[in-house]
Amino acid sequence: MAIYKIHLLVCGGTGCRASESAAVVESLRASLTAAGLSDEAQVVATGCFGFCEQGPIVKVMPDNTFYTGVTPADAAEIVAEHVLKGRQVARLLYTDPQHKTPVSDAKQMGFYRKQLRVALRNCGFIDPENIDEYIARDGYAALATVLSDYSPRAAIDVVKRSGLRGRGGGGFPTGLKWEIACGRQADRKYVVCNADEGDPGAFMDRSILEGDPHSILEAMMICGYCIGADRGLIYIRAEYPLAIHRLEVAIGQARACGLLGADIMGTGFDFDIELRYGAGAFVCGEETALIRSMEGRRGEPTVKPPYPAESGYRGQPTNVNNVETFANIPVIFLKGADWFAGIGSERSKGTKVFALAGKINNVGLIEVPMGITLREVIFEIGGGIKDGKRFKAVQTGGPSGGCLTEKHLDTPIDFDTLLAAGSMMGSGGMIVMDEDDCMVSIAKFYLEFTVDESCGKCAPCRIGNKRLYEVLRKITLGHGTADDLEYMRNLSTVIKDTALCGLGQTSPNPVLSTLDNFRSEYEAHIFDHKCPAGQCKALKHYFILPEKCTGCTACARSCAVNAIVGERRQAHSIIQNKCIRCGACIEKCKFEAIQVN
Amino acid sequence: MEKIKSLDDLRKKRQELESQLRLREKSNAPESLVQIKVAMATCGIAAGARAVMNTLIERTAAEALPVIVTQTGCMGYCHSEPTVEVHLPGKEAVVFGRVDARKAIDIIEKYIKRGELLDGIIPQNYERI
Repeated sequence: MAIYKIHLLVCGGTGCRASESAAVVESLRASLTAAGLSDEAQVVATGCFGFCEQGPIVKVMPDNTFYTGVTPADAAEIVAEHVLKGRQVARLLYTDPQHKTPVSDAKQMGFYRKQLRVALRNCGFIDPENIDEYIARDGYAALATVLSDYSPRAAIDVVKRSGLRGRGGGGFPTGLKWEIACGRQADRKYVVCNADEGDPGAFMDRSILEGDPHSILEAMMICGYCIGADRGLIYIRAEYPLAIHRLEVAIGQARACGLLGADIMGTGFDFDIELRYGAGAFVCGEETALIRSMEGRRGEPTVKPPYPAESGYRGQPTNVNNVETFANIPVIFLKGADWFAGIGSERSKGTKVFALAGKINNVGLIEVPMGITLREVIFEIGGGIKDGKRFKAVQTGGPSGGCLTEKHLDTPIDFDTLLAAGSMMGSGGMIVMDEDDCMVSIAKFYLEFTVDESCGKCAPCRIGNKRLYEVLRKITLGHGTADDLEYMRNLSTVIKDTALCGLGQTSPNPVLSTLDNFRSEYEAHIFDHKCPAGQCKALKHYFILPEKCTGCTACARSCAVNAIVGERRQAHSIIQNKCIRCGACIEKCKFEAIQVN
Repeated sequence: MEKIKSLDDLRKKRQELESQLRLREKSNAPESLVQIKVAMATCGIAAGARAVMNTLIERTAAEALPVIVTQTGCMGYCHSEPTVEVHLPGKEAVVFGRVDARKAIDIIEKYIKRGELLDGIIPQNYERI
């Protein structure tokens, strides 16, 4: 077996593949072959490195060189310089934006310094389509330990002691969930992996499945052993083709090795896993709706109780966990419950994966210990706000969460502190907003999403959210009235208290938290007919300063709706009810005579 | 694909496969390992640095030594190529000059394993910032 001297790890996640990383792999291999070095250097397509902002990423091991924005055309130079002569290609190195210096060792990057990768331990490290690399990283060793050394009850106890809580959003203790399912008597039980990741801007689960699919299979088997199930189902949205492909490859390899199927590793334990595809409805991330969708019925939630642990898929006891929750399971058995419980905060143990998006310099995927502050995440790991703008808010928990502001920057992030601050952990989306974002429009955006995604089964969500959206729309159009704010608050409370499932119960959160934190912005829209961030078009007012206007007619000729009138060489004016606020006139005026407020 | 029929099978398979990823594992914690840098600039390569590097890598991999071998650019000692810098954890780096395959083995056997110095050490003539 050849010993490779250099490993070139190329990101094969969806983000980097969209910018030709698959072609980078091909051309690196071709360049190595041409240079006669294909026995010395290995090219591996891995999962996501997290630094999606500057993909495609190529990481060279063992010297930890981190190349960003690599194109297929750069492959020849990397091979000729780095692989052959040991010289880094300086122009491709990541450049520290603060000091403007290239960083030669990935460990020195601010983006990675505060991260702790537990769930993402193999993402960007192994080839997800090669079971051997997973096994070399202690893959399936946790399953082997559990099957040989633990009774189901003892294994559940380990999960309980670790303090792991569900990463899908609710934060329910995982060990307890398993214990409930374990205690039910039934002919057949099911383990379900919830891979229906639907928050706008979130891609944690997708990246884990793309980068380390075997860890999910292994964890589902451990769960199956604990609760007494022999069937596993992964509910994944069809719009994740790469994750589906990698899961299919992983399941095929595990079956071929005898790690999935009957009598696994000679222990008498049987388990098999199948995929179920979702059509991409947000509500199907709710476990009862997910189960109905898997049964081939309409994806609508049902009243709890009965909980899935009592009566789930086909009426049998079913344990549903999210992808990231499962990804933590093998590590807990390999490193011990105490090790895991030693990470994180008092009541939220371990780490959390977040997808950073929005107006932040380092858009990407990060994993940090629970209890880290928002300031560390946004300004140290995230590299601060784009274009030197001012931080305004961050939305955590997607459409179910709320926005957090400057005053929350030093709050440690965990399940309980986020709830107390009026938001929630959710599945881990983090959308950062700057001074140019209008918070009323943001609330409207999330409500529009909820209205689209509501299944319509219960009235509070179906009708209430629609009304809430209409009021928000009215305010952004400048027709808000003084009692709208109280009306929205009351309606929100009613929806939260009466909606059937988690979707409806949390959907007013973006409204409530923006009302709490940015009330003055709502008031500016309603009373002053102004949008402080300048986003709401309807509230913009264009006018011409007569003392500056030379009457050149350039603006009038550029106006598509003939809203500008005036004689040649005379001051012009804008007819307000005709103006569509497109801004074309401002661009044409050479005398700064046109103003907006 | 070979079937894994028992817990022992998995253990054996893991041991066989471990070396494939050892290089990547090592680069996660280079501080605790012996770091060997082989100067692979044009002059080094012309003087035979590639054969030296291959010997170092194959030998340390075969004995599973806690060593990480990387290549580096010109160190400036063109008079004594091929040159190899060895950095034992917690010690000053030492540069050996005129290294060939035999001397590479000496470096492993004497300096890395037993801490004995060899002939042909080049005094450090610069400081890094």
